[in-house]
Amino acid sequence: MIYREAGQYKTTYVSDSQIFPIAQDRYAVAALLVIAFLLIPLFATQYIFSAILTPFLILALATLGLNILTGYAGQLSLGTAAFMAVGAFGSFNFMTRVDGMPALVAFILGGICAALVGILFGLPSLRIRGFYLAASTLATQFFVLWALSKVPWFTNYSTSGVITTQKVQILGFKFDTPQSEYLLVLAIVAVMALMAKNMVRSNVGRSWMAVRDMDVAAEVIGFRIMRTKLTAFAVSSFYCGVAGALYAYCYLGTVEPEAYSLDLSFRILFMVIIGGVGSILGSFLGAGFIVLLPVALSIIVHYTGLPNSVTSNLELMVFGALIIFFLIVEPHGLARLWQIGKEKLRLWPFPH
Amino acid sequence: MKFRFTRLLAVSAVAVTTALSGALASAQEQFVPILSYRVGPYASGGSGFFGGMIDYFNLVNMSGGINGVKITWEECETEYNAARGVECYERLKKKGGGATVVEPLSTGIAYGILDRVGTDKIPMTTLGYGRSDAANGAVFPYVFPLLTSYWSQAAAMVKYLGDKSGGLDKLKGKKIVHLYHDSAFGKEPFPVLEAASKQYGFDLVKIPVPHPGNEQNSQWLQIRQANPDYVILWGWGVMNAVAVKTAARVGFPREKMLGVWWAGSEEDAIPAGDAAKGYSTMTYNTPGNYPVLDEIRKKVYGAKKGNLEDTSRIGSVYHMRGVTVGILYTEAVKKAQEKYGKGKALTGEQIRWGYENLNVDEAKQKTLGAAGMFPPIKTSCQDHEGSGAAKVQVWDGKAWKALTPNWITGDRAAVQKMVADSSAKYAADAKITPGCMK
Repeated sequence: MIYREAGQYKTTYVSDSQIFPIAQDRYAVAALLVIAFLLIPLFATQYIFSAILTPFLILALATLGLNILTGYAGQLSLGTAAFMAVGAFGSFNFMTRVDGMPALVAFILGGICAALVGILFGLPSLRIRGFYLAASTLATQFFVLWALSKVPWFTNYSTSGVITTQKVQILGFKFDTPQSEYLLVLAIVAVMALMAKNMVRSNVGRSWMAVRDMDVAAEVIGFRIMRTKLTAFAVSSFYCGVAGALYAYCYLGTVEPEAYSLDLSFRILFMVIIGGVGSILGSFLGAGFIVLLPVALSIIVHYTGLPNSVTSNLELMVFGALIIFFLIVEPHGLARLWQIGKEKLRLWPFPH
Repeated sequence: MKFRFTRLLAVSAVAVTTALSGALASAQEQFVPILSYRVGPYASGGSGFFGGMIDYFNLVNMSGGINGVKITWEECETEYNAARGVECYERLKKKGGGATVVEPLSTGIAYGILDRVGTDKIPMTTLGYGRSDAANGAVFPYVFPLLTSYWSQAAAMVKYLGDKSGGLDKLKGKKIVHLYHDSAFGKEPFPVLEAASKQYGFDLVKIPVPHPGNEQNSQWLQIRQANPDYVILWGWGVMNAVAVKTAARVGFPREKMLGVWWAGSEEDAIPAGDAAKGYSTMTYNTPGNYPVLDEIRKKVYGAKKGNLEDTSRIGSVYHMRGVTVGILYTEAVKKAQEKYGKGKALTGEQIRWGYENLNVDEAKQKTLGAAGMFPPIKTSCQDHEGSGAAKVQVWDGKAWKALTPNWITGDRAAVQKMVADSSAKYAADAKITPGCMK
């Protein structure tokens, strides 16, 4: 009843092709943005900003990147963290070596570096698929970390390969408090998420999905496989690269290449699977689930008063059990749950 | 009349505040966040280390606290993961009146909160790991790589191997393999070892082992071909036991292997079985039993407040390291109380001063029941390390035994010069003006 689009007439092509065709969706997204930009900064504490919201948003962006590649274009990748690392170390080098480099431009250039590396390591996808492609993207993961620790130039000749990021400053405004860092990350993530939402329904996005569903058929009806797959790698890596740069600049501050380990790649892949393969909303839900749930669990379990050696293990067990539960109940992820809910709401109160 | 009334009010207000602060003083408490890891691949070390810290805190509290100030703490599971560690740090830093020290026992977490501890004014100790150049307190006022850092360790290794060959000049023409974990950790000693190789004329062969290092056949084949005089094992986790076992398989004598201190715990030696016999490593704790450990056994474990489930692990390498962290914290607080008021709960900023003016000599260690347990330490603004000494221990098949009776210190002057250069570069990059804090 509340969620019904009856009476919303599309009278122009423009209104028919909006990003959010249903009015309620538009209001909800607008309200969410208002809350995130205005209300949260008023009430949240420093802990919420720097330990919960900022990492959540950054990882959601990386998940979005992987979701473009895996969910929309159907190319499985285990190299997400490597692309993030390229973005982070790329931005670091632009900031270090170019005087007066604006931070935002450095992030974008870092993302472009990641995109180029993505295209390079996406080339095997033209010949191999599925698990074999996963193995070749695994090579990206190892190669990039190896290169970062082997070539001292990337880390500006730091003896142990650890970099300390510069302070972010845009138009003279210093982003050095947790609150301002959160707002910066939020702005970047919001813009990029809207761009992604728009992209996946454009001809580029549709060609990705055609290739995902059956690449031979897509080729027969005239999609150029090479271009489609490589744009998917490029765009996905760009998103991951920007996320990696934010991870270094707005979250950790001092980073060793090990921070972008295979472990992180797997975590992001889990976020995609839990959140929903091939869904922008799912990227956020998945990141929320994997980032926030362990924290919530650890706080809850902590109040049970059990000894710490027990609570630490209990936390992992509950988390594992929840993942299995969700995957059995809804293998298409949290986004699918929301979709089902949305359909029910649209029909309610008349179920037929 | 009105005037008198205000004065009365003022007097009574003063009386109330003094009464209140008196009430507070009777229950002085100081908070320590414990970023522990008890699950995951490094849990065996973490449970011993943080168990040792908690055991010592319990002992201090049972003996009346630090001049009456009780230590409170709360644990948070980090799984040795940098992101989880940062979250834990942010969650706990304001609890219990504010964190007064943080010791994560993880390089990744230490880097993740390196900038934050300065802003939050909470001292961070990194015993035997982390940034070596943080020993310069003028650039890193809130970071304390207490006792010894990786660079000091590498220098001490060179000194020990020199002594073993009959003098540092005898190292000329010798071949030393540096078998390292291929990460920031494994590469940390490069500058020291390279400089020493130039100075003393030994041949340095660097062989990386990719993480996690449970397959090292090709590396040991290389070592056998190179036929070095010594092998430095700069490993972590499962890599250590595998290295020792593989060395036994290719017939390389374990007596010629020298491990880093993170390769020298029971958890590293026991899985290697008989192969580990005769294998030696560096350490910043002399293995053995001490009165303070007996006291922990008697008082803390006697009252069933001990943190370790397996009491045979009391006094194990990791447990003793945790106790050392506890002792150094207590001593830093005592020192800070001398300046800021005895029996008062202090802030992280005040305890930072205590860490910077720490002085635990042999006599002091004796009164603490820990004579010779760790090197005597005296810190200053220029030297947040305070000692730079280490010992060599050997595994006799059942337990670690001290191999060198005295503490070994490498070329301190050279290390300190490197610290100064490297921290100056950091300061320039991060636009910090170095300066000592009062």
